[in-house]
Amino acid sequence: MDNLVIKDKTFKSRLFTGTGKFSSSKLMEEALLASESELVTVALKRVDVDNKQDDILKHLEHTRINLLPNTSGVRTAQEAVFAAELAREALETNWVKLEIHPDPKYLMPDPIETLKATEELAKKGFIVLPYIHADPVLCKRLEEVGTSAVMPLGSPIGSNKGLRTNDFLEIIIEQSNVPVVVDAGIGAPSHAAYAMELGADAVLVNTAIAVSQDPVKMAIAFKQAVEAGRMAYNAKLGTLSKQAEASSPLTNFLD
Amino acid sequence: MESFYDIYSNQNWEEISNSIQSKTEDDVLRALNSSKRNLEDFKALISPAAEPYLEQMAQLSHATTKKRFGNTIQMYIPLYLSNECQNICTYCGFSYENKIERKTLTDEEILAEVAVIKSMGYDHVLIVTGEANKTVGMDYFLNALKLIKPYFSHIAMEVQPLDQEEYEELIDSGLNTVLVYQETYHEKEYKKHHPKGKKSNFKYRIETQDRLGKAGIHKMGLGVLFGLEDWRVDTYLCAIHLDYLEKTYWQSKYSISFPRLRPCAGGIDLKSEMSDKQLVQVICAYRLFNEEVELSMSTRESPKFRENVIKLGITSISADAKTDPGGYANPNTNLEQFEINDKRSTFEFIEAIKQQGYEPVFKDWDMSLQSLKTDK
Repeated sequence: MDNLVIKDKTFKSRLFTGTGKFSSSKLMEEALLASESELVTVALKRVDVDNKQDDILKHLEHTRINLLPNTSGVRTAQEAVFAAELAREALETNWVKLEIHPDPKYLMPDPIETLKATEELAKKGFIVLPYIHADPVLCKRLEEVGTSAVMPLGSPIGSNKGLRTNDFLEIIIEQSNVPVVVDAGIGAPSHAAYAMELGADAVLVNTAIAVSQDPVKMAIAFKQAVEAGRMAYNAKLGTLSKQAEASSPLTNFLD
Repeated sequence: MESFYDIYSNQNWEEISNSIQSKTEDDVLRALNSSKRNLEDFKALISPAAEPYLEQMAQLSHATTKKRFGNTIQMYIPLYLSNECQNICTYCGFSYENKIERKTLTDEEILAEVAVIKSMGYDHVLIVTGEANKTVGMDYFLNALKLIKPYFSHIAMEVQPLDQEEYEELIDSGLNTVLVYQETYHEKEYKKHHPKGKKSNFKYRIETQDRLGKAGIHKMGLGVLFGLEDWRVDTYLCAIHLDYLEKTYWQSKYSISFPRLRPCAGGIDLKSEMSDKQLVQVICAYRLFNEEVELSMSTRESPKFRENVIKLGITSISADAKTDPGGYANPNTNLEQFEINDKRSTFEFIEAIKQQGYEPVFKDWDMSLQSLKTDK
């Protein structure tokens, strides 16, 4: 599989993962290692950054794993910038998954605050990966203010519904100058493969792995699906055809 | 619309009761098979007609909860600061008329409690008091918040209802969550149960969540005290309240608690007793009605019951709790609000949770995510 580059970092794996909802930190560690994921998002609210023995952090100490702190819980750009700075200092990374969802019910990202925070964080030297609606115009606006990637949602977070935003994701992928990571809603390996076939640069999967009966096996399934989808994208899919060759062509008279 | 009281005023207790009682098996099946359930479905799910479908409700509730909350359960612990109270509540151990010893913790005593609680591993704390505005009012709360804030990631409060401006001040000092239970939504009966004190003002209490929403609180908790009045009607009115609040104060999170009356000093006879099965029915009905709401359980219930309901929709739970002020450092059951049923240690309890395949989560918030005025 070809490598993915975001800013100055090269990734062999195009599967990004998360740390929430696992039944134990040990199982989380095993699943993440099995996924071969190199970028793992961790909620600032869930970890005790002052504690070197934090149960989540100590299970993520592997050279392969890069931490992607997220700002889940903040409601405004101002709160997000503050949280990102704290994460940068404590976790020694300038990468941040920007999550501003003031709506705690469906966790819908706020486009206005997200744009503001991205601009400010990019100026402060952060590598910003914002979680957003599948809104093609917002993606272009985020590029203009210095985002390092975009993370449009496939369907509501945790819903496992797959790529309900398909049509908009296609436009985003077509237009984007930064990597497109499909985030949220990917509930099955087939969804992940499909996103990769569409041309997404990577996918982020958490719930579907964490709450499956066998998270390790599911992590491997996602790894393979992402690889297959990417390979298919690179190999170029055959075009869809709605009908067989017409038996009475309408343009024969031109010959 | 000014507040929930306007919606509440258009409700008729008898009509709601009749409507719930007349729900049929068909109504229940429709509710079970629907992918998005409304308030009429909720009525069917809490009705007697749904009782034979408890197992199906439990299965659905389990799957739905797992999807949203995963294999985790949130841990918190109550910290009782005072049992002084000027209210008469006919069912409560802290009631003004009860001749129990009264105590309000000093700074030193609060810090002694904090030390014990921290050694037990807790990071989310729930401050609890009675209602004694002169001794345990805003000044006391602000001081207590200042004292304990350095030790916890998440601070919740279960104290008397306050004004919007007071809530704003407490939020700026680190308060994240406020729990205020309506006890009962039956206005007339409410006044009988609360004959004296500020709490006797039904309208002020039912509008508390509106004031909290306007103050921009992160999370608020609702609930009724099962046993006071017809629990089905009370549960339905609480669900309407939740529905209204979610639509109006869409930036706040919500939590539902399920207190059943427990033996206490001066306790009353229960008007509407609720069985274990019925409590499970209500828990599942809430989950099927609202996939995202936090459902919370205290140590009022038995070990066996608590261990099993974490699979049925409960997402937040306390353990090892003391309901007497100062009880962690210096236990004194003469001071307690109600008798704890599940007396297991935190360690024992989390082992039991892990056995069920759940990860107890002690930290799920960070003060840095709240914009505090003092930090600006």
